[in-house]
Amino acid sequence: MTEIFVLAEHRQGQIRDITFEMLSKGRELTGQTNTELTAVLLGKDVKTHANSLQDYAKTVLLVEDPKLENFNADAYHKVLSSLVKEHKPLLTLIGHTSFGVDLAPSLAVSMNTPLATDCIDLEFKGETLTVTRQMYGGKVNVKATLRKAEGYIATVRQATFPPEKKAPVNGKIVEVPSILSEEVTKKRFIKYVLPPPGGVDISAAEVLIGIGRGIKDGSNIPPVEGLAKTLGGALACSRPIVDKGWLPNDRQVGSSGKTVKPKLYLALGISGAFQHVLGMKTSDLIIAVNKDPKAPIFGVADYGIVEDLFKIVPALESKIRELKGK
Amino acid sequence: MNIIVCVKHVPETAEAEIEIDSTGTAIKKTGLVFDINEWDDYALEEAVLLKEKLGGTVTAITMGSEDSDAVLRKCLARGADDAIRLTDPQFEGSDGYAIAKILSRVIKNLPFNLVLTGAQASDDGYATVGPTLATLLGIPHATMVKKIEFNDGVAQVNRELEGGLEEIVEVPLPAVLAVQTGINEPRYVSIMGTRKALKKEIKTLGLVDVGLSENEVGEAGSWAKIEKMYVPPVEKQADFLSGSPEEMAAKIAEILKTKGLI
Ligand SMILES: Cc1cc2nc3c(=O)[nH]c(=O)nc-3n(C[C@H](O)[C@H](O)[C@H](O)COP(=O)(O)OP(=O)(O)OC[C@H]3O[C@@H](n4cnc5c(N)ncnc54)[C@H](O)[C@@H]3O)c2cc1C
Ligand SMILES: Nc1ncnc2c1ncn2[C@@H]1O[C@H](COP(=O)(O)O)[C@@H](O)[C@H]1O
Repeated sequence: MTEIFVLAEHRQGQIRDITFEMLSKGRELTGQTNTELTAVLLGKDVKTHANSLQDYAKTVLLVEDPKLENFNADAYHKVLSSLVKEHKPLLTLIGHTSFGVDLAPSLAVSMNTPLATDCIDLEFKGETLTVTRQMYGGKVNVKATLRKAEGYIATVRQATFPPEKKAPVNGKIVEVPSILSEEVTKKRFIKYVLPPPGGVDISAAEVLIGIGRGIKDGSNIPPVEGLAKTLGGALACSRPIVDKGWLPNDRQVGSSGKTVKPKLYLALGISGAFQHVLGMKTSDLIIAVNKDPKAPIFGVADYGIVEDLFKIVPALESKIRELKGK
Repeated sequence: MNIIVCVKHVPETAEAEIEIDSTGTAIKKTGLVFDINEWDDYALEEAVLLKEKLGGTVTAITMGSEDSDAVLRKCLARGADDAIRLTDPQFEGSDGYAIAKILSRVIKNLPFNLVLTGAQASDDGYATVGPTLATLLGIPHATMVKKIEFNDGVAQVNRELEGGLEEIVEVPLPAVLAVQTGINEPRYVSIMGTRKALKKEIKTLGLVDVGLSENEVGEAGSWAKIEKMYVPPVEKQADFLSGSPEEMAAKIAEILKTKGLI
């Protein structure tokens, strides 16, 4: 019987959430395909991770090597492709993360295996793999079928599938010797760089006003800051605001920024791209102001206002002052 | 340092009304405003900054229809020396893999030390063309690049990981680096630059010129085929407030008051 591979992602001693999300989707797919679930774990001194993965997968393929201590697409590529060649899994799931996007395409090309990236769903019908992905910043979905092949590779969007729950699978750990020889890698990991400590901790704020590209220019920020002050909250933002240098990067909400859970998140001129939503969707109350009624942000907001933010900000500011004055 | 920068002409969709066309596998393009892919804008700027610092040339390349010339002109105006457009009816329907194949055939014959791409294209969002291209060219790559420095024929780059963390990796040249937004501040195009760019030639190449056959490009040469495109179902829809801005503001204030937030 063939397998479905899930490549475990771990960093600085922690298995990352995406691993468990892929294990849950992977297990579902084994049911559609009469395959078994195999977790693939590459690293250095990661036996404890292997032990925890035993609760989720039938087999844990473990390759330990000092050269696998930190993620390196070259080293991972070499080891993973030899495992794929030997086991011929029907499907290899990899996170659509910074690690996964660096690894999956080259693996797919060199193994001549069709690849689908950033999948939000996958389904086998017979031998055909159909994936669901998004285009145009999440405004449309597509269903695509992959070219018929013996095996497939797919990268999976983070926080899309529910994390797998522990089950008494009692998988077996299979230790595989590393094939990495002395100087196999062209690429070299040097070190991690931590984000500089920020002045404001938005993840601790109870009220956040998130501004997005709809703000148009950095000079339009002060009035919104005024509104934030009136509400006793702080300013947060989407990525383009940081990219343009209008706010420091400790204010960025989302997958490459911070995760926040305030009592109120007021989103102004934010479209609601998946990477942003990932960082704020569990806020207690979400109110979104956007000119576009189809903006995806309205899919996560509790209340929506389809209007120009420049009309709402002053009106809201004076309304709140009025209420507070009483 | 000779640099090739891969750019894509994409519709701006954040504020636009999107409709699926009659094929059910694409969106209606009429009425949409097209521009350079946001990520490529940063890649282009990085290429020009490196050229200004280290000398050499910048060549902008795109696979796309004639409309894409607008993006190539922008590249020329911003400091690229040459521009190449790869166009053929057979290229239509190419996914990230097929696009990378087409690009690789031309790039492999150009003299270069570095290829810059965007981390992803805002239309298809594959995030594969850069690393796929590198593998086809047989050279190393790094994705999600936020900083590039050179040291003796080796690029030292910062890669963005999740949650604000970065890693520094060394990549020997020649290499493909896929650039993430925020790596620099793209400059505005000067009117002079725009005028000059209009006079420059854009080289075009088709299927035969790139040395590929029909079944290696387009849908036939792709990994994936789009079967259906649709507007995503909303799991939860916001309660929309109505009225004048003042009335809506009053409603928000009321909600905040009942929740004890004021
Ligand atoms: C690997 C990776 C990581 C990323 N990480 C993050 C992240 O951590 N955080 C993040 O935010 N993004 C992140 N992004 C970027 C993300 O994909 C989107 O590009 C970004 O979130 C879009 O920001 P936005 O909503 O402000 O801008 P846009 O998508 O451009 O949306 C602007 C919105 O403003 C509205 N608008 C315009 N004018 C007005 C007005 N006057 N009044 C009201 N509304 C108006 C428009 O209708 C539109 O919906 C990441 C991308 C990648 C590839
Ligand atoms: N048609 C194209 N022509 C030139 N470059 C492209 C094309 N499509 C994608 N690219 C490059 O590949 C990057 C990633 O695109 P994608 O893999 O489609 O998300 C883009 O930012 C571009 O630099």
